[in-house]
Amino acid sequence: MTARDDKPKLSRAHCLDLLRHMIRVRMFEDKCAELYTTEKIRGFLHLYDGEEAIAAGVIPVLQLRDRIVATYREHGHALVRGLPMANVMAEMYGKFEGVSAGRGGSMHLFDAETNFYGGNAIVGGGLPMATGLALADKMRAEKVVTVCFFGEGAAAEGEFHESLNLAALWSLPVLFVCENNCYAMGTALDRSESETDIHAKAACYQIETEAVDGMDVVAVEAAARRAVHSIRETDKPYFLECRTYRFRAHSMFDAQLYRDKAEVEEWRSKGPIVRFQGWLAKSGIAHPEDIEKIESDVKEEIEEAVAFAEAGSWEPVEKLTRWVYAERA
Amino acid sequence: MAKRIIKAETVQITYREAIRKAICEAMHQDERVFLMGEDVGRYGGCYAVTKGLLKEFGPERIRDTPLSESGFTGAGIGAAIGGMRPIVELMTVNFSLLAMDQILNNAATIRHMSGNQFGVPLVIRMATGAGRQLAAQHSHSLEGWYAHIPGIKVLAPATLEDARGMLWTALDDPDPVLIFENVMLYNMEGELPANAGPVNIEKAAIRREGRDISLITYGGSLWKTLEAAEALAREGIKAEVIDLRTLRPLDDTTIIASVAKTRRAVIVDEGWRSGSLASEIVTRIVEQAFWRLDGPIARVCSEEVPIPYPQHLEQAAIPQAEKVVAAAKNLLSK
Repeated sequence: MTARDDKPKLSRAHCLDLLRHMIRVRMFEDKCAELYTTEKIRGFLHLYDGEEAIAAGVIPVLQLRDRIVATYREHGHALVRGLPMANVMAEMYGKFEGVSAGRGGSMHLFDAETNFYGGNAIVGGGLPMATGLALADKMRAEKVVTVCFFGEGAAAEGEFHESLNLAALWSLPVLFVCENNCYAMGTALDRSESETDIHAKAACYQIETEAVDGMDVVAVEAAARRAVHSIRETDKPYFLECRTYRFRAHSMFDAQLYRDKAEVEEWRSKGPIVRFQGWLAKSGIAHPEDIEKIESDVKEEIEEAVAFAEAGSWEPVEKLTRWVYAERA
Repeated sequence: MAKRIIKAETVQITYREAIRKAICEAMHQDERVFLMGEDVGRYGGCYAVTKGLLKEFGPERIRDTPLSESGFTGAGIGAAIGGMRPIVELMTVNFSLLAMDQILNNAATIRHMSGNQFGVPLVIRMATGAGRQLAAQHSHSLEGWYAHIPGIKVLAPATLEDARGMLWTALDDPDPVLIFENVMLYNMEGELPANAGPVNIEKAAIRREGRDISLITYGGSLWKTLEAAEALAREGIKAEVIDLRTLRPLDDTTIIASVAKTRRAVIVDEGWRSGSLASEIVTRIVEQAFWRLDGPIARVCSEEVPIPYPQHLEQAAIPQAEKVVAAAKNLLSK
């Protein structure tokens, strides 16, 4: 009998790991926002600020052979998955040293080594791909889980329903993780959906579903462990709705006319880092020097990442049209 | 005793059977290959291409799908990235529009967007074209749209040999390949060498040689164009007929060499005239061979109307041999 792996073990080291993941993502993105204002980073920049507990809770539960499909708000997922921060930052700059050689930018982080399949910026468009990756694994009897992250806005897309149906119908090992941050860009959930209970939609497809407090990293990890355990045992899909909130604007162009400042402040007070860090301090698991150490380490890592990106190279224009098709010998 | 001419053994086969044979062979040769689409299994395929395959290969590899074009095309993309070699069948090009997001935004972009880390070795087959009185939602020729997209390859097999041979080459390609099968060709019957196999997908083919005018076409229009060339020959005009075969990337070399020789060209394309593949070919000829031309280039395309139901209107809407003959004679002032 194998030891059950579906419950988090809250050792001090593990707690600090969870906290480190979240702080690392938050500080990295704060730096990105700053670099955006100085025009080092261009294009769209969608920050994960407030939602860090989801990537931090789900991704470390996975094994390296498992696969991840994410959205355009994927910096957090990439960092937690282990894409090197320096190369992620270089990608944000559009430098050749970036994880996607600079061709993708903020919205299109890819990494073959860690089975990280983007960085997909058409809402709902990643779900069929995740379903297909899982189909490939199933047909070859590979015991691999594909995790697909998407926002609640995707529930309005046909591809959401088509993919859930296919995954259930064909019994595919996909973990669908809905990051329900209440707003599809500027449209509140109750202004766009007749059924606002997203995980209830998944239940219609005979998929095991669960809704969890997405601001609670331990709750997310526990739910992710249950989900991944269930998928590995049954080979069937699982749907996890993580209820969360985006503290910052949708992208850097968003004036946030659609929500009150008070609402944002209220959610901020129950933010995933504030809450977990507060609990760790109160229960004596983490000491102030632990937090300081995490922050100073991350600060250093970010400085190195920025320096790496700054020193990176621009791909020669002569190479513009490569990688449209495979280069064959 | 008469001298016997030793010929390669041939079989009598239809275009439909040639495609089925190609699918069968691919499934036998490569266990990563599987086929999915609407009614490909139990029903046997909308145009009966996949009839009998379910029994031979089972429901895992001949996979019936729900009516979720975007979903299963996207699943094909995912499976291809994940190491399989899927063939996705879309019933008609009109239905493929429901999967256009996946084809353009994912299949065509991922290699580039990921900095060459992931490729999508996927084959998508679909029926195209008018002629069966299926009216305005089942009869269009939109392959020219797809040929607009960098990152995919677009094939239009017009002959039995290409119907038989293009699939394997497409499956062997590391990038997404779309194959457009004209609905009027499925019943076409002829002889094919029993050992027919993969064909190249890089070159256009000269289906009839001539020196007076180049007739450039592909797919279902090839046979009408050959008929036109025959009619022109009776009037002493030697037309060269080019079958493009691959609509993206276009084989400029063959097109330009032919036009440089004949100095005149008519493009025959079942797509609508405006913004068509025919427009693109005209432009390339003008760009690359303007000084070799003896006169304007002509196009025979579909009329700018949704394909109508009644037969006489449907036939009037699409290219016909007579229109090609008239266009050619007009260019030659005959």
